[in-house]
Amino acid sequence: MPSVALTVNGRKVSAEVEPRTLLVQLLREKLGLTGTHVGCDTSQCGACVVHVDGTSIKSCTILAVQCEGADVLTIEGLANGDKLHPMQEAFREHHGLQCGFCTPGMVMSAVDLLKNNPKPSEREIREWLEGNICRCTGYHNIVKAIQAASGQPVS
Amino acid sequence: MADGFIGASVKRREDAKFLTGRGNYTDDINRPGQLHAYIVRSPHPHATIGKIDAAKALAQPGVVAVFTGADMAADGVGGLPCGWQIHSKDGSPMNEPPHPPLATGKVRHVGDPVAVVIAETLSQAKDAAEQVAVTYKELPAVSEPAKAVAAGAPQLFDEAKGNLCYDWHLGDKAAVDAAFAKAAKVAKIDLVNNRLIPNAMEPRAALGEFNRATGEYTLYTTSQNPHVIRLLMGAYVLHLPEAKLRVIAPDVGGGFGSKIYHYAEEAIVTWTSAKVNRPVKWTAERSESFMSDAHGRDHVTHGELALDKDGKFLALRVSTIANMGAYLSTFAPAVPTYLYATLLAGVYTTPLIYCEVKAVFTNTVPVDAYRGAGRPEATYLLERLVDIAAKETGLDRAEIRKRNFIPKTAFPYQTPVALQYDNGDYPGCFESALKAADYSGYAARKATSEKAGKLRGIGISTYIEACGIAPSAVVGSLGARAALYEVGTVRVHPTGSISVLTGAHSHGQGHETTFAQVVADALGVPMESIEVVHGDTGMIPFGLGTYGSRSLAVGGSAILKAVDKIVAKSKKIAAHLLEAAEADIEFKDGKFSVAGTDRAKTLGEIALAAYVPHNYPIDTVEPGLDETAFYDPKNFTFPSGAHICEVEIDPQTGTVSVEKFTAVDDVGRVINPMIVEGQVHGGVVQGIGQALYEGCVYDAAGQLVTGSLMDYCMPRADNLPKFAVTQHTTLCTHNQLGVKGCGEVGAIGSPPAVINAVIDALAPYGVTHLDMPATPERVWRAIHSPRASRAA
Repeated sequence: MPSVALTVNGRKVSAEVEPRTLLVQLLREKLGLTGTHVGCDTSQCGACVVHVDGTSIKSCTILAVQCEGADVLTIEGLANGDKLHPMQEAFREHHGLQCGFCTPGMVMSAVDLLKNNPKPSEREIREWLEGNICRCTGYHNIVKAIQAASGQPVS
Repeated sequence: MADGFIGASVKRREDAKFLTGRGNYTDDINRPGQLHAYIVRSPHPHATIGKIDAAKALAQPGVVAVFTGADMAADGVGGLPCGWQIHSKDGSPMNEPPHPPLATGKVRHVGDPVAVVIAETLSQAKDAAEQVAVTYKELPAVSEPAKAVAAGAPQLFDEAKGNLCYDWHLGDKAAVDAAFAKAAKVAKIDLVNNRLIPNAMEPRAALGEFNRATGEYTLYTTSQNPHVIRLLMGAYVLHLPEAKLRVIAPDVGGGFGSKIYHYAEEAIVTWTSAKVNRPVKWTAERSESFMSDAHGRDHVTHGELALDKDGKFLALRVSTIANMGAYLSTFAPAVPTYLYATLLAGVYTTPLIYCEVKAVFTNTVPVDAYRGAGRPEATYLLERLVDIAAKETGLDRAEIRKRNFIPKTAFPYQTPVALQYDNGDYPGCFESALKAADYSGYAARKATSEKAGKLRGIGISTYIEACGIAPSAVVGSLGARAALYEVGTVRVHPTGSISVLTGAHSHGQGHETTFAQVVADALGVPMESIEVVHGDTGMIPFGLGTYGSRSLAVGGSAILKAVDKIVAKSKKIAAHLLEAAEADIEFKDGKFSVAGTDRAKTLGEIALAAYVPHNYPIDTVEPGLDETAFYDPKNFTFPSGAHICEVEIDPQTGTVSVEKFTAVDDVGRVINPMIVEGQVHGGVVQGIGQALYEGCVYDAAGQLVTGSLMDYCMPRADNLPKFAVTQHTTLCTHNQLGVKGCGEVGAIGSPPAVINAVIDALAPYGVTHLDMPATPERVWRAIHSPRASRAA
């Protein structure tokens, strides 16, 4: 079995994986980082979004072995100890989650949006989230949370 | 009630764990020594099962066992039970064919589970499953209910002649027909309420574990109602007493009804864990969910509304065919009957109603309750008919509704369809919605859309629903095999912290926050001192779970009854400690005081005395401060509301875009406005999804065409606007909190508002009806060939 070595949430890790093992499986099953979720099998839903080398990626659509040497950030690595990341805080403040299942992917996706586009319009936020499905919130409060996190007025 | 809790948008306690990846969903749970299960499912919609040859599979690396329906039957495992028995018009009980957890003899839908492979890793189980050789003899299949009841259709069950489950009705047909004969006008419609796939974001999962030392089973499962699973699986399927079966529903990622039912996989992992003596874990893949989660809706209906010359509704008659799918799911028979026909009065004074429903088996996935469960179907039919009636009579669509609203002074209002509404203000709510939606300013917005080359339409929906289920004796008399009370325990600990145990289950609703608000308010203690516990039958005495918008109305009421018992007992203790008469003890803001003095004891001091009863009325009062209450509601609750939707349509592409959506709902007392609004947002988007995007498709041969998220369009952020959500409140008259429930109203009121807007926009083309989902293709065809797509 091949092995892969990478950095996850600032820690160097390595594991033996099958060639077909997805990054999300490595995270959830080998590293015990169950905050990243699997919601579909066609790369639609976005519950699995993490950052790989600074960019949001669907971890169900990348093989673990493709991440050799990569720097991976998951939802577990976003907060600074007890201090929530401003995006996490904004989701809490604006009730941007209900069941919580889409939330890790949604938050990681939103963090990358603001890295690329610090003051997105509502339209830009909604188009960015096309790859993140939520069944609970209707997206209304998710959009508000992201507007707030970007320091813009919440419409 | 104390300030600060009731009506406050308290931020949720649940969020801390969910936002930091510390949720504990069933697939996150791993038990020592666990094995993984993969289900072998039928690729055919209808076939007999011959030999199942597992030899090659068993020889694969890591494979521990393969089990089939024959193995389970030989071990005495029972079938999955149905929880509601409907009787047909002739008084005969519904046809109730068996539903084994693993198919025996025949498979009846694509996805029907046939065998389970258990291996050390999931990959090994999945690989080995491909080696399980099942000999199928294919049979003709039927996916459409109207075809399934017709002569010559393939028969699914010997036990259900003509594939009929039941042929039911409600109402006085003769009186209704007589009213039609005298009507000035009749509005008619043929419509489809499209089949939906719930698609909660967390796929279903189950993990069974057998403890050899104690003989106890533990099942972790993605359920909305763990006690119900313990009851159904224990009593009917695995024949285990409650004391030997613990069911835990940990964090659950959405349900919407689809996680109510007792599913085969729950029984399979529980039963196999004892056979292989190791925990067995199963998690659905999404495309597997598509062919194994209960689907929703799937009605075909003909409706007629009789009108007098002034547009007053004289009578309504309805004929519906409802798809049950290949097997009866747990609540399925109730959905197109007592959760549907009883809502056909809506918010109107229609005096005569007759509804007949045929429920039919087809070679499709079983159908059961999905957010709204019968009430969206009733509302959609009514509100489409009302718009058509407006056209027939030449009345404005808002005006015809106003002429028929039940007035505010008419309560309690007995409908002609069994239900008695307690309280409501439909005219007031409607006025509120018209104002909030700037209905009078619509013409200007339409002109702007038209200048940009777009069509614009506005649609109204005024609805009511029945939830807060339910009075047990009432539903029992209608065929329910279960009861629908709820249970709450309030346990004050020796050092004053409080555990609130509830049989309700939170899978997004925020009960850990809102129930703490309710108890903090009732006991006058800080919210931080209260812990809400749910989901584990090992910790909670009993419960019926969360669905039918019942958690606060029924679960909250049970908790408050337990609080009342705590307060009553505390008064006795306080009287002793304060050396006063019990009648002189007042309870306010967490303190028990002697009336007219400032001598008082806090709840914390009472609790300590109760658990260390040294100075204590021990002869008349037991130690401890721990009370449980069972609350059976006196009636359903009746939220209502008005939804107004504006759409733009691009005539070149047929694309419909929701530009404006206003919802004014009466959900009774609002405990946490932020959470109520969130529930309405989510429900509205599921309703918009049904109206414009979603639709489960089977081909005529029974193949599931929409087999994954590639082909089933979920509503996404980029297809939706923000919503204007407010409330117009009248209190429920029969529960302490005055709450009516808010979980489903969004999905009930919205589809007709959207479709009425679409039809309004397409009026210039003479389109009078379009079935849901109003996809770009359907809309484009309606525009470009209006005769082809008009009406049914």
